[in-house]
Parts: sequence; structure tokens; C-alpha cells
Amino acid sequence: MNMLLDNMPALLIAVPLFFAFLIPIIGKFAPKIHDVWIILASFVSSLTAVITAVTVFTKGTIVYVFGAAAGSPAAPIDSGGIPFRIIFTIDGFCAFMLLSAAIVSFAVVLYLVSSQKERSGKSELYALYLLLTAGIFGMVSTGDLFNFFVFLEINSLAGAALVSYHRKGGIAAEGALKYLIVNTVGGLMVLFGIGLLYAQYNSLNMAFIASQMSFTTVNIVALVLFITALAMKAGSVPFHFATPDAYSVAPSGITAAMIVASQAGLYGLFRIVFTLYGDIFNTVTIGWVVIILGVLSMVIGVTMAIPQKDVKRLLAYHAVSQTGYMLLGVGVALAVLGDPLAMAAFGQTAMEGGLFHIINHAMYKGLLFLAVGAVIYRTGVWSLNKMGGLGHNMKWTMIFFLIGALAIAGIPPFNGFASKLMIYESVFAFNPALSIIAMVVSILTLASFMKVFHSMFMGPQLPEYAEVKEVPKLMIAGMVILTIFVIGFGLVPDLVVNNLITPAADALINNGAYITAVLGGGL
Amino acid sequence: MIGDLITGYGFWNPLIWVVVMATGLLFAWLIWRCGESDYDKGTEQTKPYLSGNDEPEKGAVHIRGGNMYWGFTQALKGYYDKLVPLHSGVVNDYLAWFLIGVIVIFVVVIVL
Repeated sequence: MNMLLDNMPALLIAVPLFFAFLIPIIGKFAPKIHDVWIILASFVSSLTAVITAVTVFTKGTIVYVFGAAAGSPAAPIDSGGIPFRIIFTIDGFCAFMLLSAAIVSFAVVLYLVSSQKERSGKSELYALYLLLTAGIFGMVSTGDLFNFFVFLEINSLAGAALVSYHRKGGIAAEGALKYLIVNTVGGLMVLFGIGLLYAQYNSLNMAFIASQMSFTTVNIVALVLFITALAMKAGSVPFHFATPDAYSVAPSGITAAMIVASQAGLYGLFRIVFTLYGDIFNTVTIGWVVIILGVLSMVIGVTMAIPQKDVKRLLAYHAVSQTGYMLLGVGVALAVLGDPLAMAAFGQTAMEGGLFHIINHAMYKGLLFLAVGAVIYRTGVWSLNKMGGLGHNMKWTMIFFLIGALAIAGIPPFNGFASKLMIYESVFAFNPALSIIAMVVSILTLASFMKVFHSMFMGPQLPEYAEVKEVPKLMIAGMVILTIFVIGFGLVPDLVVNNLITPAADALINNGAYITAVLGGGL
Repeated sequence: MIGDLITGYGFWNPLIWVVVMATGLLFAWLIWRCGESDYDKGTEQTKPYLSGNDEPEKGAVHIRGGNMYWGFTQALKGYYDKLVPLHSGVVNDYLAWFLIGVIVIFVVVIVL
């Protein structure tokens, strides 16, 4: 048992990969246990992530060195102080992201098993889904830059393949191709940035590079490449264009998982800016760059969402808009990182608000995509112009959608309100205009979701949907899991912030602890 | 106290909010109960009055998604006329925006 616990970071990747490679065999020779197998696979993968996260929150940062005996230092004595093995460095921020990914990943699998029941090629779908999960877990766990790039590519490639899973007359393939091309270019930029750092520091280890980082033009070029490429992965304006194209054509369950996949990009952005570069450059400038990306994402995302008639495209633009809140909160913290008084007064709260919004967004946007997917599953219709009166037949789906819609619009007592309130108040202390923009965007979000809710569920029962019925229980179960977190995080936000968010924010702000954990040994 | 979230300027407690809302709803329900109960479902009184005209088909009275916020988008026509074409669907344009973003951010970071 202890051996399992000691090797939990390796199992984060090994478990989903093991199940992924066996799924096609199970599908061919034992199709009856196929669905049970994927549920088990996702459950064990998510459990591994949860156990790892709990270990971090209770015992502190985990430094896991692949290929070294337990207890060995990350940097062997004869290496000149350079850690050259592959290392997973899992601190509070990683643990927080793992937890978010684990919850959504499992909820989506329950939903997919039912919604894809009648489809062919499920083995490939589930294998790719587990690869996507492995990619996300790897991105948020690794302490090695090249490893990060590899997991980023796994994430993007699996994501693109999943987007094109349903052909839909070629539209899905087109969306997937755009997503793939854009993310590949972004990935290459990340690789180029890593190359620039490797050429200077002779290492790929994040903690080691952070300890050696200096203010040079080459480092600034690498930083800009990282920021733009990872902002693109996260779906931030003006790098967001492929996001709605891909999200709107992917199977709905997959889109919910893609939200977490894109947030892994946000993780990379924050990790690199705070941990690698935190000490050496003018954080005010970079902070404002992140803030402006956030404001553009919020405003352009929501204003593009309002006129949309394709419900999934509308949700995709709202995903862009919500990413803006996260960038705004964390950007403000970055801008005042060098000012201890401002950091204590509002920077820490802004940071926590931005991070809290990440997990909240994963839950309510995942829920919204699943609820909309349930409507599409029963009606086969994407256009809001053709929907109406479905609340008569799909009461549970309507309730789940309403909860998700109220949460994303920042209506109390749901989770979106708690994180947005933290962002509004802390950002107001930094710059009132930014806070007002954030509030106006929330109002527009509410207006947009009133339109969607009315168009889909309200009004008289339409004759063409008279035979429509509620979705199967497993799909409901997937939505219930996310709803529990949307309501739970909203009702006890203090517990979430104190136990999950503050350790994550502290891990980002204090990059010295990250460096010490690796170069000083860790667990 | 459980539920107290420190927000910078003050605090937010959703549990108190839920109790207050529940109390408000209880009072609203009590007031509603005092009303006169003369509603008969399925009778003439529940049909919409449309100046003596027949009630249209169900599908015809539902306001579809495309009809909503027409005024909003019309008022911001100039903004939308510029913004929507940027989302051209052409991947070359997407990559061009990426390069523009890289250059602008690089200049900003170097200059400032």
C-alpha cells in the first residue's frame, strides 16, 4: 500500500495510459464489459489524482524523481547541482488543478457512456479521452519543461481527434483541423521558448531554471512566446478564434472535458510567469499584459456570444469570456507582485478570486455543456431558433441548465458569485474601471443566458418536441456530480478558499518554496 | 463562522443569504395564500385574450432565440460590423492574429 502511495505521481500518468491501451482490446473481445471498463478507468484515474492532491494539501509539495530510489535528491551529487531526471513537482497549485480535472473527467465519462451508447467507434473515443486525461494530469504535474511540452501535445492531439469524433458532414473535421493547426503552432512556440531557456541554462528543470533566471532579451523573447502560446491554449482573445470553431462541433461531453484541457494551458501560463520568471522582471508590465488579455476576452467573448444562434457556439464564446475573469484576477496579482502592501491589501484576494474562478468555471461550464448536450441528444437540434418548450419534457435537464446559467452569471448563492465577488472587490481596489467592466460583462452574461434558457426551455410545448423525453439516468448522474460542486462551492466558499485556493495561490506567489522543494530535496 | 468568505472590502456569507431568501419566500407565499382562489385551470378564464382573435398555433407564439436582443445588436451595429468579420473561419487569419499578438506583446514588454 505504501509503495502505491509513494508512486502515486507516476500512476497519475500510468493509470489512464494503461486503461487507454487496453480499451480497444476490451472493445473487441469483451464488448459487454466495455462501458464498465471505461467507468472503472476514469474512476481509478480520478481517484489517483484526488489522492495525490490530498497528499499535497496535507503533507506539502511532492517531488517525484522518475528512475531514482525513494528519498534520493532531485539533483544527484555528481550532477553539478542540475536535476537531469524527469521530475514531477506537485505543489498546491498543481494539486488544485488535479482536483478540478479529476472531478470533471469522471462526471463526463458517466455522461459519455450513456450518450454514446448507440455510436460506433467507442473504443477509440474512450482511448483518446483517457489520453486527454493523461495529457492534462501530466501538464499540471510535471516539473520539467520538455515534459510539459510533450503533455501539451498529447492534450492538443487527443483533443483535436475527439473534436472530430462525430463527422457531421465534415464540419467537425474542419473544426478539429483548425484547432489542431493553431495548437500545433502554439506548441511549436512553446518548444522554441523551451529551447531558448535550455540553451542558456543547460537544464529543462523548472525549479533549476527559476533559480538561475536572469533578465536578458532572450529570456523575454521566451516569455512572450510562452504567454501567447499558452493564452491561445486557454482560449484568450485575440488567440481564441479556433476555440468556438472546435467547441461547437465536438460531442458535448467532450467539450466539457475540453474546458479543463484549456485550463491546463492557463496553468502553464501562470506557472511560467510566476514560478520561472516571478523574481526577475517588471511584473507590472506583464501583469498589465495579462489584465488586458483578460479584459479583451471578457468583453469580446460575451459580446460575440449574445448574437449567436448555435447554442454550443454561444457557450464556447462564454468560455472565452469567463477565461477573461481568471486572467484579470491573476493579472492584477501579478501587477502588484513586487509591492508587498498592495499584495496584502488586495493582490492576494485577486489571485485567489482568479484561481477560484478556474475550478468554478470547470464545474458550471462543464454542467452547461452537458445540459445543452442532453437537449441536442434528444432533439438533434443546435439552433436556438428551432428550440422551445423543452422544459415540459426535460425537467431535470432544465433545472441543471438553470443552475449552471445562474452560476456563470454570478448569481448567489452559486459558486460563480463567490469567485466573481472576490475579483470585483479586489480589482476595484487596483483599478475601479476594470471592476466595472467585469460587472457589466456579468450582466451581459446573465442577459445572454436568459435568452438561451427562454429559447430552449420556456414557452408552450411545441408539437415537434411532443415525444421528447428526459435523458437516461447516467447522463443525469454526470450532471448531478457537477451540480453538487456548483452548489456546494457556492454555499461554503470559505472552506474551498481556505483549503484549496489559498494553498494554490501561495504556491504561485512564493516561487522560492517551489525551487527549494526540488533543489533542496522535498518529500 | 462557516460560510464567511473574506472578499477584500468585507465578507460574503451565502448561508445567511439562503436563510434571508427563504424567509422572504415564506412571507411571499403567506401573502399569496391570503389571495382569493378563483383560478380554474382549463377554463375560459385561462385562455389569452387577443382582441377577439383566435389563439395562434403553439409554435407561432414562442419567441425564438433569433428574435431576442435584436435591439442590442442593432444599437451596436458599428461594433459588430467590425468584430464579426474578424471571426472569418479562415485558419490563416487565426495564425495572423497570433503573430500580431506575439509582436505587440513583445514590443510592449521590451519598451515598458
